[in-house]
Amino acid sequence: MINEITMLTLSPQDISAVWLSLKVACSATLISTPFGIACGYFLAFGKSRGKAVIEGIISLPLVLPPVVVGYLLLLSFGSNGIIGKFLNLFGIQVVFSLTGAVIASAVVGFPLMVRSIRIGMEAVDQSYISVSRTLGAGWWDSFFTIVLPLSARAIFAGMSLMFARNLGEFGATVILAGNIPGVTQTIPLAIYEYTSIPGGDRMALTLCLVSISLSFVILLVSEGINRKFKRG
Amino acid sequence: MRLNVELKKRFKDFTLDVAFDLSSSRTGIFGPSGSGKSTIMNLLSGLELPDSGYIRLGNTVLFDSKEKINLKPDQRNIGVVFQHAHLFPHMSVKRNIFYGYKRIKPENRRIDPEDLFEALGITQLLSRDVSTLSGGERQRIALARTVLSNPRLILMDEPLSALDEGRKFQIIPYLKNVFNNYGIPMIFISHSVLEMRMMTDDVIVIEGGCIQQHGKTEELVKKSWNRGLECYVNLINLGSASPYKDLFRYNWGDISIILTEPPDGEENFFELDSRDILLFKRHPEATSASNLLTCTVTDIYSCGNRVRVALACGNEHLIAQIVPESVRELEIEKDAMVVVAIKASAFKKVF
Repeated sequence: MINEITMLTLSPQDISAVWLSLKVACSATLISTPFGIACGYFLAFGKSRGKAVIEGIISLPLVLPPVVVGYLLLLSFGSNGIIGKFLNLFGIQVVFSLTGAVIASAVVGFPLMVRSIRIGMEAVDQSYISVSRTLGAGWWDSFFTIVLPLSARAIFAGMSLMFARNLGEFGATVILAGNIPGVTQTIPLAIYEYTSIPGGDRMALTLCLVSISLSFVILLVSEGINRKFKRG
Repeated sequence: MRLNVELKKRFKDFTLDVAFDLSSSRTGIFGPSGSGKSTIMNLLSGLELPDSGYIRLGNTVLFDSKEKINLKPDQRNIGVVFQHAHLFPHMSVKRNIFYGYKRIKPENRRIDPEDLFEALGITQLLSRDVSTLSGGERQRIALARTVLSNPRLILMDEPLSALDEGRKFQIIPYLKNVFNNYGIPMIFISHSVLEMRMMTDDVIVIEGGCIQQHGKTEELVKKSWNRGLECYVNLINLGSASPYKDLFRYNWGDISIILTEPPDGEENFFELDSRDILLFKRHPEATSASNLLTCTVTDIYSCGNRVRVALACGNEHLIAQIVPESVRELEIEKDAMVVVAIKASAFKKVF
């Protein structure tokens, strides 16, 4: 009995992992959203010839092993990497930091978000945009009053998809941000650590339950908001 | 309104090359599907970019390829009513209507929304949900939305073609009301001769991306024998009617005519096929036709084995289509008097 109760309690390290997971997933999703909308718009309405290439680059993290993405990020953001060197000038350290975890999550989850937003925007009848323009709305006005509201469901779906993906992000994060308890250790990393130490199975299982519950809550909330959008 | 246009636009399998000057405030662009009508509309409104040419509306240059001027659609002040109303689905009827109105400076808001709603008969629709409106209602809301954005010119791109066949013309009185009340110039795009004749004074006939004809709508229709115009149809606008035995007596100019169709309100619009009009040299003693009118021949147009005779009946006009043999027998010539017989059932109600 006591064992079963212990199984369901979370250690301070676990709580911090849960908290970090939420923090990383939220930050990565929120930071990516404006870029996701911009890329989605470009892919849905853009007429540029290089569209297919850009689409390929954006979607690449979706098909590449996350470890490969993580390694490429490590190369770029490491102290000898192009971006890393530049950020060092401002005293910003990405590798083995929370920022690194957020960047890794953002890069891996981004294609999912863009895909969803693009499909949603492609479904927006361009005539609505034309009508709004002839009614005196400028490009930005039309974008904010027509395109964004009409693709709001897709944007939200993309955000929740990315958020859920970020909660489970492991490969890229472990390479770029490492597995430092209290700093970069998110739920999947903590579970990994527990499974690799003797007697850690129960603690791993507890975190698994937390992970399942969190995912389930996200699904419920996302479905609820989706229905609200549907009702208008 | 003065609109001077010269435009060229090349597509993969189609080239538009047009030049026209418009001064009439009710002009039509008429042509079959794929003739370039909608392209002209997109170019005028700024939704598409011409390859070369210019567009001048009054003193404003909207586009000039040489001067490198290209005003954006929102700067052109040209309203567009599309084939489908395209009401914004995420907004209420009211927000749809005021979308353009809110975007103009208060000092430029010269149209009173309440008056407009009344002219279009949409006051009771304002609180409705966009998805519950019928096709005609949606189109009236779309027109209100465009008119309230205070345009200098309104382009109507086949606004009736998506409406139910039986009721599409019911919207015409509303359209006429709005354009008469507010004096907004309009370009009406359609492939329907009937719509052109009801809505426009001048017409540009376009085919294969080029202008074929440009002139007064009625003149072109009277003299055209092809493209579904093999027989001329008279359009007769009658006021209210009074019962006459078991038929209805309508006032038509300074004469009255008898119809089988009951009236519907103050304005009643009928079609009368020119082949349903019989001509007599002298007054026949008895005939089964309810209407016998003495008319003067004003003009004669012939094509092959058919002749159209333009007639003045009091201060109104009619065209009858007969064969050349009858013209000779009846000795029809300009200024000759003839008696016209029309059956009460020959009039077909439009709206």
